[in-house]
Amino acid sequence: MNAFLEIRDVSKRFGAVTALSDVRLAIARAEFFSLLGPSGCGKTTLLRTIAGFEQPDEGTIFIDGADVTAMPPERRPTNMVFQSYAIFPHLNVFDNIAYGLRRLRLERAELERRVSEALAMVRLDGYGGRRSDTLSGGQRQRVALARALVRRPKVLLLDEPLGALDRRLREAMQRELRELQRNLGITFVLVTHDQEEALSMSDRIAVMSEGRVLQVDSPRALYERPASRIVAEFIGTMNLLEATVTEGAGSDAVCNVPGLGAIVVKDCALAAGERATLAIRPERLVISDGGRTSGTIVSSTYLGGRTHLLIALEGNGQPVAATIDSASGAGASPGARIKLDWEPDAFIALPD
Amino acid sequence: MSASAKLASMKPPGLFVYAILYLAFLYVPVLFLPLFSFNDSAFVSFPLAGFTLRWYRAMLADGALGEALANSLKVGAVAAISATLLGLAAARALTRYRLKGTSTVLGFVSLPLFIPDIVLGISLLILVNALSTPLSLSSVIFGHIVLCVPFALAVLLSRLEGFDPSLEEASRDLGETAWMTFLRVTLPLALPGIVASLLLAFIVSFDEFLIAYFLAGTDATLPIYIWGELRFPAKLPIVLALGAAILVVTCLLVLVAEWLRNLGRARTTPLAVGA
Repeated sequence: MNAFLEIRDVSKRFGAVTALSDVRLAIARAEFFSLLGPSGCGKTTLLRTIAGFEQPDEGTIFIDGADVTAMPPERRPTNMVFQSYAIFPHLNVFDNIAYGLRRLRLERAELERRVSEALAMVRLDGYGGRRSDTLSGGQRQRVALARALVRRPKVLLLDEPLGALDRRLREAMQRELRELQRNLGITFVLVTHDQEEALSMSDRIAVMSEGRVLQVDSPRALYERPASRIVAEFIGTMNLLEATVTEGAGSDAVCNVPGLGAIVVKDCALAAGERATLAIRPERLVISDGGRTSGTIVSSTYLGGRTHLLIALEGNGQPVAATIDSASGAGASPGARIKLDWEPDAFIALPD
Repeated sequence: MSASAKLASMKPPGLFVYAILYLAFLYVPVLFLPLFSFNDSAFVSFPLAGFTLRWYRAMLADGALGEALANSLKVGAVAAISATLLGLAAARALTRYRLKGTSTVLGFVSLPLFIPDIVLGISLLILVNALSTPLSLSSVIFGHIVLCVPFALAVLLSRLEGFDPSLEEASRDLGETAWMTFLRVTLPLALPGIVASLLLAFIVSFDEFLIAYFLAGTDATLPIYIWGELRFPAKLPIVLALGAAILVVTCLLVLVAEWLRNLGRARTTPLAVGA
């Protein structure tokens, strides 16, 4: 891939704490890229290193072919939307957005044109004269976005920009951000701990933990084919079952899971006799009269359109989670005996 | 609301009387100053003899007093500006960088608050003598800067701690250098604190006696002049008039400083974030 923003072997320590450990990423032009991970995983440090607020101890950062590692933040072709939005309280909306244009020494008319263009872009037309302390959270977020985008950065960095908004507004802003990114064709790098947010907005996601990048993939690939237990457990819910490999045949393997019987797993390098962890998403387990294995419903949680079940398997001490359509699961009440089934490719093997 | 109402109903009886007595003890003696400054008698005693402005006229006509006042204003202004600049630099360093031993530094800078002024005065006198510089207003200014920096730092520290450090980062991110960021973001946001610090340091310097007494040469500051005049009973009413005038100006300054502090606070308090 042709890397537009490249992070090459970047490490960063704060005293005894390793915040980033040999991070390597290649992000394409106009890509919507997310850094996902729990708090303290190094995602914000990485974003701040790209912006120039932190100096890496080792490694290099390239943007559009240029090494920016030694550049101070004010000279980098990046702009950031801060988690706190960092709207200047002593300036009104217009002056906040025009703040970063001072050095361009534009004529007044041109300056006004660019600011009102930016305001229109975030749908805040006519808000220029408003005092910044009269804005709502969503409006502050838009001003922060306009202030960053008005400088036409090569890379826009977003540090948990939607975290402080309520759910409805957050979802609307997610759609808007995505649309904006597509229309502008600017590379976005988003930091978030919210997996749904990352899945719904990103072209690709890097899952981070303890300063390392665990996996970089499209949302679908991350969800359906996580490369490790940590990724599988961090994104969505995953049932993990211990298994023994009975047959290793080329790229496929046959595994025996107590209570479920023989399961064929595709694309894994496992040899007969090895132990493995098999993983299946709750929605890939289906209740069906002709199911291959039976169990008892332990608990049932109604979530509107879907119902979440916890099922005790016969012959396996590890209960599994299943998500079913509420409309179809009329009889799924605790204590009921049911039969479970799954599609042939529903299970994947994870390295321990 | 209900919690504070509950607290109010729990207050012990007699607290109101105590508060009144306390305030009376604090302010009634001070009120004697303006009262006797308008009294038409050289003796400061009751009964009052009648209204006069002659003590104020005598005060304005006193050349030595005017000189002492000018000296005090000079010393106060230079000490306040110097202490505020030093305090601003220290406050910025303490709030914006990951420094080792922040609390130790803070402790050492604040120490002059706790050292008795007489000790500070004597030790500064020894130092000035050791440097074999003649005593002058400059040595007083030097002593007052030492005394005022902790006050300036305390005011500015709370001011700089109060605002989001990502505001300065945002400025850098938007293309401004560290210096322009200081001018365009830090300074305007710290301005109410800077003004408050200037006023506070000025007041501390203006009425400081002990250190000035030790370090002043032949040029008296106002408190030294007043101390000297107290030896002459006939001049006491003039001192009272002066005291009353200073009281009024000081009250105004404190009010302005408080007003500015609140103004700044209202402006930078982060808003509750929500839709």
